[in-house]
Amino acid sequence: MVNDVVVSVLLIGGALMSLAAGIGLVRFPDLLSRMHAATKPQVLGLLLLLLALAVENENWLLVPVLVLCWVFQLLTSPVSAHMVGRAGYRTRHLRRDLLTLDELDDVVARAAESHPPRPDRTGGTGREDDGGRA
Amino acid sequence: MNRRHIPLVTELPLVIWLVLVWGALWQDFSPGTLLFGAVIAYVVVNFFYLPPVELTGRFNVLWLVPFLGRFLFQLVTASVEVFWLAVTRGPRLRNAVVAVALRSHSDFLVTATGHAISLIPGSLVLEVDRSTSTLYLHCLNVRSAEDAEAVRRDVRATEAWLIRVMGSARDLAALRAEEARR
Repeated sequence: MVNDVVVSVLLIGGALMSLAAGIGLVRFPDLLSRMHAATKPQVLGLLLLLLALAVENENWLLVPVLVLCWVFQLLTSPVSAHMVGRAGYRTRHLRRDLLTLDELDDVVARAAESHPPRPDRTGGTGREDDGGRA
Repeated sequence: MNRRHIPLVTELPLVIWLVLVWGALWQDFSPGTLLFGAVIAYVVVNFFYLPPVELTGRFNVLWLVPFLGRFLFQLVTASVEVFWLAVTRGPRLRNAVVAVALRSHSDFLVTATGHAISLIPGSLVLEVDRSTSTLYLHCLNVRSAEDAEAVRRDVRATEAWLIRVMGSARDLAALRAEEARR
């Protein structure tokens, strides 16, 4: 009985995090803000759902698998968020009018001045750096 | 193929991790399973060659527990905050790209810090400058210079915790000196 209550609270909590992601995706104004909603609430949401599974199953051998699920989520979710965010920033899929401060912009502009774009590169915006080779 | 030979001690954390993954996937931690897992892990580590991750040689479990507690607390509060922002502010949100200079120059620690702050909702690593250990973060709901300063303080606090848990002795000494000066 107590277990059922705990499990239902955890499941509803996890589901609410999915709802948060959904609302964020619809309501936030640009790509980068939406990335926050799309990648972050699941870290907590998945934790709550996995905890619910662990409580429900009462089998300690399941716990390492659940821990593994969460650890891989922890390892992969920031990387995917970073890759999309980085690509979005570089291809200027962001609304600068929504930014109160952009400390990367000056750095990129300075880098572009000291390393003018090579003429052989077509389609470049003249603002790319070396793609992380440094 | 021309590959540098890596001593087994350097690979050991990876091998142990792979054995634990093997046990977890079989849901069986009996000696036979673990032994077979160790054989497979050794083969995998040597066959699918990756450059070794350079750990710092320090790991303090006593600092890890409060760090995880702080992390979970921030995870819950920040998740609720993003939920609240999505519902109340939505399209009227103001963000910022904030540069945060970290103390450590270890790739491992910069990656760990970037991961930890990316997992907490509200901040996202856009770009990393390895030469100066600077993270460029996209942060939700930053409306003033004070908010940006708060983000910087917060990220550097997270880094300080990670240095205490697994930073190199040099980073730790630098951190201690910085705290003593304050």
